[in-house]
Order: sequence, then structure tokens, then C-alpha cells
Amino acid sequence: MLRILQFLYNLRAFILFVFLEAIAVWLIVSNNSPQGAAFFNSSSKLIGIVLETQSNVSEFFDLDDANIILQEENAQLMERLNFTSAQADSSYIELDSAFEATFEFKGARVISNSLRFAQNHVTLNKGAKDGLKPGMGIFNQQGVVGRLKMVSENFSVGISLLNTDLLVSSKIKSSDVFGSVKWMGEDAKKAKLLYVPRHVTAQAGDSVITSGFNAVFPEGIPIGVIREVSPSSDNPNYLDIDLELTTDFSKVGYVYLVENTQIQELDSLYSESELPNEF
Amino acid sequence: MNFRSIFGTVGQFLLLLAIQILFLKNLALFGLAFCFIYLLALLLLPVSIRSIPLMIIAFMMGISVDVFYETIGMHAAAATFLAFLRNFWLKIISPSGGYDEGDIPSIRSQSTSWFVTYAFPLLFAFCLVLFSLDFWGTGNWLNVLNKSFFSSIFTLILAIIVQLLFFPRRRVI
Repeated sequence: MLRILQFLYNLRAFILFVFLEAIAVWLIVSNNSPQGAAFFNSSSKLIGIVLETQSNVSEFFDLDDANIILQEENAQLMERLNFTSAQADSSYIELDSAFEATFEFKGARVISNSLRFAQNHVTLNKGAKDGLKPGMGIFNQQGVVGRLKMVSENFSVGISLLNTDLLVSSKIKSSDVFGSVKWMGEDAKKAKLLYVPRHVTAQAGDSVITSGFNAVFPEGIPIGVIREVSPSSDNPNYLDIDLELTTDFSKVGYVYLVENTQIQELDSLYSESELPNEF
Repeated sequence: MNFRSIFGTVGQFLLLLAIQILFLKNLALFGLAFCFIYLLALLLLPVSIRSIPLMIIAFMMGISVDVFYETIGMHAAAATFLAFLRNFWLKIISPSGGYDEGDIPSIRSQSTSWFVTYAFPLLFAFCLVLFSLDFWGTGNWLNVLNKSFFSSIFTLILAIIVQLLFFPRRRVI
């Protein structure tokens, strides 16, 4: 018995090593499940404040670009408003409740963002206090940015589209064929469109947009442009489509968040019919 | 290890941590070479430190970097691995006279070439673990090796520069 104890005592450094590594791996795994509970991350207050101060400084130098982009977007919205604003008319039709707005939009600022790893995240400067909820879609005027994962009182963390765990339901704009966009973990400008069957004719230059199927993003938010189409090497039934992402992730500053107000109804429908609801 | 040196180590680590988060977080040369300068605080702990406190310190450092990097657990795992290897490696490459009591494995107390021999394999092991964890499941091992190699070189170069610039020359008695 004494020998066993002595043996273990001699190995104590190694045992501690294994123990610490086990804790670390457990943290990684529990943090990586998309909706899993996590103890520490940058949505905690102290860390959020540090990151926010840092981005306050660096953001200052990008204000010029941000202003120009906002101005362009304002102009576009103005134009669209012109189209849709009600004409003075004597007749009035009450809209059906089916046309009720199902999406709500909010704005936030990115205070921390990474693009060099295989699992990238964005941290936003708004949290539960401002009505943010886990699961909201994140996008900006260029295209899809990611999906909200954790929300604290004042800050929130989202999974970036540049994360090998995130799939976004999408479609080719010209042919309405749908698939899933996935980032392969290499270049921050390139992604792949998966699950497009072989008979579909897709061409370089076609744009890819969100499909609206996943109930996270409304239909029609840009994701990327097709660069190359080739038969898939591992599965002969699918095409291998390379995308160039429209979002410039190195310059994501201000983002919009979108929430589907009917997602609970949709989720319960999915779970009742036992369908998996992919992101 | 007296109170003063503990205080110095903690201050050193906090300073390096601040630099790491504020300036080096989004820096990647050619999209390949990252710099993990906070490891210098771990590398410069005295030779005589035992491996159990060393690993606990490394784990804590890793976690505190992780919370800012949004990669909880990865830096902790890699830094613990570095700490585990450190004492074995120190024993293997000990200079012919052995180490003095309270010796710090830095450029000033040894030499630049010795420091490279000491730090490079440890940094490479760290980067290898970190990027393997990061790329787990994507099967892109060439990328892992590539990033590890260049990141450890970049970190090493910066670690040497920091020591040459900011560490006082040891007084000859």
C-alpha cells in the first residue's frame, strides 16, 4: 500500500498535468456546443469593458469609412421608402395578420472580432438590457456576419460566419436552389456552398443569399458570390461550389441584429414533427 | 522565490498580458504568424521552480488569456503542456556547470543561442497544441504545422527583442 502511494506521489506532477489538461478540454468542449452554458467569456462585464475601451480607440480611426457606408445605406433606404410609401388614395385595405412583420431589427457595435482562427467569434457592445437574445442573426450592409450565442447584461458574444461550426441556410439567387454555406477554416474571404445537387447549373458570378428557411435570417441577405463550380471529389452527387464572401470581416464595425418573432412557434413545430432545425 | 520576485513576476505577466490583448490579439503576419508574447512570463520563471506550482501558474495564465481570446480552455491546455515540458527540457539542456541557485533562464543570465535552444522547442510545442485544438476536426494538419512553425519563430524573435531592450544587464560581481 505504501508503495502504491509512493508511486503515485512520485507521479504527482504528471497526474496534475493530466488533471489540468482534462479541465481545459472540458472547458473547450462545454463552450463549443452552440447553445451550451459557458462560465467565462467576453460577455462578462470586466472583460467587456476592457474590450470596449480598446475598440473605442481603434474605432475612431475607422469613423470615416463607417460614415460613408452609413450614408450609402441611408440613400438606398430612402430610395426604397420612396417606392413603398402609401399613395394618397381614397380606398383603404386592411392587411391580413399573415403579413405582420415577423422580423425585428436592432443595431450594435462590434467591440472584438477575430478572423485568423478556425473558431472565430464576435463580441458586441449590447446585451440583454437592450433586448438581445441568443440565437439572433447578425449581419451588416455587406452580408451575413454570424449568429448570437451568449448574452449577458451588457455584452454579447456571437459565432462568426468564419467558424467551422456554423452552417447558414442559403440559396443561389438566380435559380432558387438551396444549400448550406460553411466556412472551411482557411481564408477569411472564402467559403463553400454545400449540398447542391449535381444537376443544378450554377455559374461563377451567381450571388448566394440567405434562404429564409432557417428562421434566423430573413430571405435575401447577401452571403457571397460563386467563384468556382466543380464536381465534388468525395461525394459524386453534389457539386463543389466555392464562394467569395461579400462581408469584409476585417472591417466589421457596426452590425444589425435580426430576431424572428415567431421562432418559438416554428421551433415547437419542428420539435413536434421531430425535424432537426439547422442554423 | 521570495516575495519580491513573486511580485515582479505577476507584474511582468500583467504587463505582457495587456500587450498581448491590446496590440497583438488581431495581429497575424501574412495570416500565419501569431505572437504569444505572454509566454515570456512563463519562460522566465526561475529554474528552481517546481513543476506543480509551475503548471498551476501556467494554467491560470492560459485561462486569463483565453477569456479575452474567446477560446476558453485552448491557451490553458497549451500553456500547461508547455509548463509540463519546461522542467524536463531545462534538465536536458543544462549548461556544463549546472544552474545557479535562483537562476532565471533568460538571455542576460545565459546567452542568446542558449535561449533559442531553450525557448524554441517549448514555443513550438505550445503552438502545436494550440492550433491542433483550434483546427480539431477540420483535418487541415498542414495548416496547423505551418502556423505553429511561423508563430513560434515570430514569438521567439519578439521575446528576444523584449529581453534585449527592457531587461537590465546582470551586474558582474
